[in-house]
Amino acid sequence: MGGAPHNRTSPAPLDASLDPNLVKQNNVQSESVLPSPNSPGWKDAHATAADIARRSYGKLVAFLAARTRDVAAAEDALSEAFAAALSDWPSKGCPANPEAWLLTVARRRSIDLYRRQRNEVSTEELDMSESLEAAAAATEIPDQRLAMLFVCAHPAIEAGIRAPLMLQAVLGLDARAIASAFLTSPAAMSKRLVRAKDKIRQTAIPFRVPGRDELPVRLDTVLDAVYAAYAEGWSDPAGTDVARRDLTEEAVYLARLVAALMPDEPEALGLLALLLHAEARRPARRSASGDFIPLAEQNSRLWNSQLILEAEALLHHAGAIGAIGRYQLEAALQSAHVHRCRTGVANWQDIVQIYDALYAITASPVVALNRALAIAEISGAAAALAAMPDISADPRLAEYQPYWAARAELLARIGANRDAHHAYDIAIGLERDPAVRRFLQTRQAALPQGDS
Amino acid sequence: MQYLLTLYSDEAGWAKMSPAEQQQGVAAYTAYGEALAKAGALVGSNRLQPSATATTVRNVDGKSQVLDGPFADSKEQLGGYYLIEAPDLDSALSWASRCPGASHGVIEVRPIWKM
Repeated sequence: MGGAPHNRTSPAPLDASLDPNLVKQNNVQSESVLPSPNSPGWKDAHATAADIARRSYGKLVAFLAARTRDVAAAEDALSEAFAAALSDWPSKGCPANPEAWLLTVARRRSIDLYRRQRNEVSTEELDMSESLEAAAAATEIPDQRLAMLFVCAHPAIEAGIRAPLMLQAVLGLDARAIASAFLTSPAAMSKRLVRAKDKIRQTAIPFRVPGRDELPVRLDTVLDAVYAAYAEGWSDPAGTDVARRDLTEEAVYLARLVAALMPDEPEALGLLALLLHAEARRPARRSASGDFIPLAEQNSRLWNSQLILEAEALLHHAGAIGAIGRYQLEAALQSAHVHRCRTGVANWQDIVQIYDALYAITASPVVALNRALAIAEISGAAAALAAMPDISADPRLAEYQPYWAARAELLARIGANRDAHHAYDIAIGLERDPAVRRFLQTRQAALPQGDS
Repeated sequence: MQYLLTLYSDEAGWAKMSPAEQQQGVAAYTAYGEALAKAGALVGSNRLQPSATATTVRNVDGKSQVLDGPFADSKEQLGGYYLIEAPDLDSALSWASRCPGASHGVIEVRPIWKM
């Protein structure tokens, strides 16, 4: 799978990608003396080319694939176009319309590819070639990335591959990078991605944004996949694994994209608000020595105020549209926690209410668990233990580290130290992040001997 | 594009239905077939005799091995099919969800391999 070249700096801001004029500013002028490779000038030019290429990538794949339904062929054609761009642009300067330049090259490659596959040019190909011709002549290439996202998250596509598919087809990440973020082998990830793309082509999944009647359900699958991409990256909170740290940025980029393309969908705004809140607190989640710091003990001055402000504005805007949903509620929880930590004013009652609403939508045992922890802050640990979800009702809880950590914490608070010690044992045994494990071990070691 | 909609359901259900219910069931399938035909989507369809009538054939070492019974012995059995014409998967899935079989069984939707 050829991925687009992408520099591993933070993703380009979306507004820049939507404004064709900005592309011009980035124009690299040809110089009378060509910069040599590895000189700062060459590197800058290369980075600029890579950046423009990256911003155009999803748009071009979506545009090409929407006509052929062949995502893999679109990617192959584009990766050849990008390779050409990266060798041409640094020395000759970026073209005034880089997207049209890339499309022209990619179009030529994809027609070649079709011709190689079949001896005769079918009417379908001629249609495609004509429509691509027309598009290349236009100054603006229609943005079909949203339709592409709906294809990637189509219910006919295996749920677990939707997020990787988006990362590849819309952002151009290669299978190796995705595999490492999703803790699987590149070969296995490639195979699943190929299978998904084959399914899109063979079953003719349509490239379009679903109509009003289907939209709520279909949008959920898109948002869930973006969220899954973020959660995958988030599970390396130490940020020691570059591939996974980058994944949270890529997921935020996708969330920004969906929110920008569907500015009237409150849940799309809610998801972006949620991810921005999480991103804002990332610098405070670890001590200098890499230890895990729980929310209540974080230094709020390390939080990114700008991201928090942006999240709050999004949430406010989403609320004004007036259709509550899971992601808005999750973002509202983040907002409430931030407010409490900054002002010192307890708002646990509000938090319990948000959890109630969230539970009504999701019936998730994890929500019930967090709701119980909020109750602990109002009515004490004994009430919280009584409000905890029943492990027999959902066996998945038995393997859920935070369930055992929460239980241990509450048991310790009522003086049931022996039971608390045991619950900590299970929590530690289930955790894969060494820093969180250390945190739990410290808590466990601090338990007094015997029950009180 | 053509898609084959194969209908799987628990055959025992049919025998348990009263004659009135059976009649109603047949009427629902007739109506569905008419709707498909009216929309120009129907290519062909058939209901199959129960899986007890099935015989499987396989050639092993040049000899035909004939066995009584269906290929897969599961609770839900292939009971019929619709071959339809649809512009894309969403349209085919939408036809599948309207089929009465989707309410008392499951429908598999697969594109036809174009030669």
